[in-house]
Amino acid sequence: MSAQPSASLAIRMMDVSRHFGDVKAVDHLNLDIYDGEFFSLLGPSGSGKTTCLRLIAGFEQPSSGSILLHGQEMAGVPPFERDVNTVFQDYALFPHMTVGQNVGYGLMIKKVPKVEINRRVTEMLEMVRLPGLDNRKPSQLSGGQRQRVALARALVNHPRVLLLDEPLGALDLKLRQQMQIELKAIQQQVGITFIFVTHDQEEALTMSDRLAVFNLGKIEQIGTPAEVYERPTTGFVAGFVGTSNLVKGDLAQKLTGSNQTFSIRPEKIFITSLDKYVTEDMCSVTGTIRDVIYLGVYTRYLIEVEGGTDLTVVQQNLEVTSMDVLSARGNRVLLVWSKSNNRPLVGA
Amino acid sequence: MRSKIKDGTPRASIGLKMATFGALLFLHLPLMIVILYAFTTDEASFSFPPPGLTTRWFSEILTRNDFIQALGLSITVALVATFMALVMGTLLSLAIYRSKFFGREAISLLVILPIALPGIVTGIALRSAISLTGINFSFWTIVIGHATFCIVTVYNNVVARLRRTNYSQIEASMDLGASTFQTFRYVILPNIATALLAGGMLAFALSFDEVIVTTFTAGQQQTLPIWIYGQLFRPRDRPVTNVAALFVIAATFIPILLAYRFTNEARE
Amino acid sequence: MATVPTNPPQPSLMRRLGAFFFRHPNWSLVALLILPLFWLGVFYLGSLAALLTQSFFRLDGFTGRVIRQFGLETYQKHLFTPSNMDVIGRTFLMALAVTIMSAIIAFPLAYYMARYATYRTRGILYLLVLLPLWSSYIVRVYTWKIILSQEGVLTWLLNLCGLGGVLQAVLSIPGIGGSSLSFSILGTFIVFVYIWLPYMILPINTALERVPKSVIEASSDLGASPGYTFRHVILPLAWPGVVAGSIFTFSLTLGDYIIPGVIGNSSFFIGQVVFVQQGTAGNIPLAAAFTVIPIVIMAIYLLIARQQGAFDAL
Repeated sequence: MSAQPSASLAIRMMDVSRHFGDVKAVDHLNLDIYDGEFFSLLGPSGSGKTTCLRLIAGFEQPSSGSILLHGQEMAGVPPFERDVNTVFQDYALFPHMTVGQNVGYGLMIKKVPKVEINRRVTEMLEMVRLPGLDNRKPSQLSGGQRQRVALARALVNHPRVLLLDEPLGALDLKLRQQMQIELKAIQQQVGITFIFVTHDQEEALTMSDRLAVFNLGKIEQIGTPAEVYERPTTGFVAGFVGTSNLVKGDLAQKLTGSNQTFSIRPEKIFITSLDKYVTEDMCSVTGTIRDVIYLGVYTRYLIEVEGGTDLTVVQQNLEVTSMDVLSARGNRVLLVWSKSNNRPLVGA
Repeated sequence: MRSKIKDGTPRASIGLKMATFGALLFLHLPLMIVILYAFTTDEASFSFPPPGLTTRWFSEILTRNDFIQALGLSITVALVATFMALVMGTLLSLAIYRSKFFGREAISLLVILPIALPGIVTGIALRSAISLTGINFSFWTIVIGHATFCIVTVYNNVVARLRRTNYSQIEASMDLGASTFQTFRYVILPNIATALLAGGMLAFALSFDEVIVTTFTAGQQQTLPIWIYGQLFRPRDRPVTNVAALFVIAATFIPILLAYRFTNEARE
Repeated sequence: MATVPTNPPQPSLMRRLGAFFFRHPNWSLVALLILPLFWLGVFYLGSLAALLTQSFFRLDGFTGRVIRQFGLETYQKHLFTPSNMDVIGRTFLMALAVTIMSAIIAFPLAYYMARYATYRTRGILYLLVLLPLWSSYIVRVYTWKIILSQEGVLTWLLNLCGLGGVLQAVLSIPGIGGSSLSFSILGTFIVFVYIWLPYMILPINTALERVPKSVIEASSDLGASPGYTFRHVILPLAWPGVVAGSIFTFSLTLGDYIIPGVIGNSSFFIGQVVFVQQGTAGNIPLAAAFTVIPIVIMAIYLLIARQQGAFDAL
């Protein structure tokens, strides 16, 4: 159950651009993020998602456009005057301070009394499940522990918005998956807005209430994970969020009657025998299985269809073994899928 | 850190080892000899081997007023010059280490120039400039000269350390509410502390030892090296001069060793 | 968890100043640089400029006062006289000799440090090379005075080996000899080499450390003898380090007046002339003109050195 975003706006970016000479790191961004949301900025390297985060944090100033934080214009406001805290990609812990001093840093700056600092630091370390580590130095901690300290250090200040810059990138897979669940739980417990930058679409789909897909400095689509996955509006989104088959030109014409490009998800396609009866509401096309990749839970098939295009099909290995699927190479098959699963794309 | 050299390191030839050892001996023997001479009983000459050993010169030197004054002056000058070098060296490093602005290379060259040009050039330049303005040669003129060429030792150390510091720390500090100055105080300063210490110790040793520029910028005062220089032409005072030499060796060795320790500790 | 309402009071002056500097990196650059650049620019560059200007003035022979008019008289009539040219030539040759000898002594040590020493040994060797460098210059000159004196260690040693006669013969050679070792050009030479040696060792070591082991192995793998590898692979790669070190030995020798004064005989070097001219003679223009010589020589030397790649080896 995800927290319902309240109606109040945490962040509003209006027509924000940031240029570095000729390079447009972000180009005319428009973005609304609501209080209490877990919002992800998703995109490949260089797409502008980190720049967007840094603009919100205050480390970059927009070349044009405006950024509002809870209704207040943030132009010219430095990071230390914004009620926003960041968890950095390399954690950025202070090596010369203990864990306790790191976590209490923001409170120390605000001149919170020592007793109160200690209380809140202890409380926060327990919340991130690192009790009793106050006196350790960052160099004595593991990567996962440092990541939690960075999180605690940011959260202890009760910011209204928390920014996370690919915080899970350096962790191994199991730890990442565990942290994803924990982060989400913390966000719901604390109730503040999380803005999460990642290049891992699976991560974004798992954790977000809503997400924005970035490409080359622009936002291609904003929506809930389900919306973005099931109804991608552009070819880039279709290809970046999950895998997708892009059907264009002649093949599209043959299958749908118009040559507008559309995308069809690999898991929506069925492989059947050539003589299978096909109804009106289905698309069908014959092809040869060129490659089979057995992935344990499911198998990925690469099928060359008439017209020369390759389509990727994914099927769960419900009742077949690896022997069965791997020997399917070279077989001629019929691919069928429901026309309702076709997603017409804009500008692809 | 384990040595990257595998266990098949070729051994150096005997000739190479001897040449190496010879060079090291060449470097260090003279110093050991002067330490020996600080204990000689021979009053008037440098005869070798020394006829006997004594420690009475050590107590005698403390009765010499000119020595005590020279020592005091050297220490004071070194302290003040080091302080100024620390301030200016740090300011320069902070400006240089991240920005890529026009003139950055020129500034790096400018900082190194006082040490790169022969001392006599610096000395005579300062002297003629000072006499042009009519200011008296005094403690402060000595300090001006020293501070100028000490800046580079602080600068080099601090810049090297700043370049190894993780920059995102600074952003993190600001993100958590610390202003520019607070960030300097709580994050940058602790990180460069040992570099400042190392650079400061090197500057101290450099100033304490300097003689060429000081000869030109001093008035009637004598720093310790100038005192020793003067002593070189007074044979009767030799034993006391030897002790003074021993003292100067100790006073410059120790800061250097400490500075070396600090830079190495930080590297680990 | 309830959010603590944050209503910060109007930020203090320091915070607003900090915000200003954050928003305007150019202004913070100016603020940082203003003191040190003023200091260096005015005190140092200003003095250098004043010195250079003075070299174009001249000294009135009668009144003993400096005439502040631009002219080349000081250069033409006083600097470029035969005896002064002698001084310049002597200093230049000494600098050259010192450089070559330092390189010869320094190279094996630097080579050993770079190629054969283990990580720990290298640290110790570094320290051993650095310590004399940073211990008092004047004391180090002084120690050689002791060693080279007629009753000192070196003469004692030579006499022990029966070489006393050889020493006297060498000392009587004009141009390098003198009344005793501690008052001779030869002695001056020895002390110069000693004092500047660490400056030569360190850059050579740095350059040699950068030669990848694989390059040397490849050379012998391709059939080259160790001597050949040394001459054609290692030496060229270490050359920039040698040039870098030579910058120091050359420049420092050119300007030094103390060592020739303490250890030398009556033949003057540039540094001593400068010292005398600006002091007792009061002839600042001539002193300044003399200083210009090392500056010019070093400028040319630095250009050549840069072309040889020495700056990357520093």
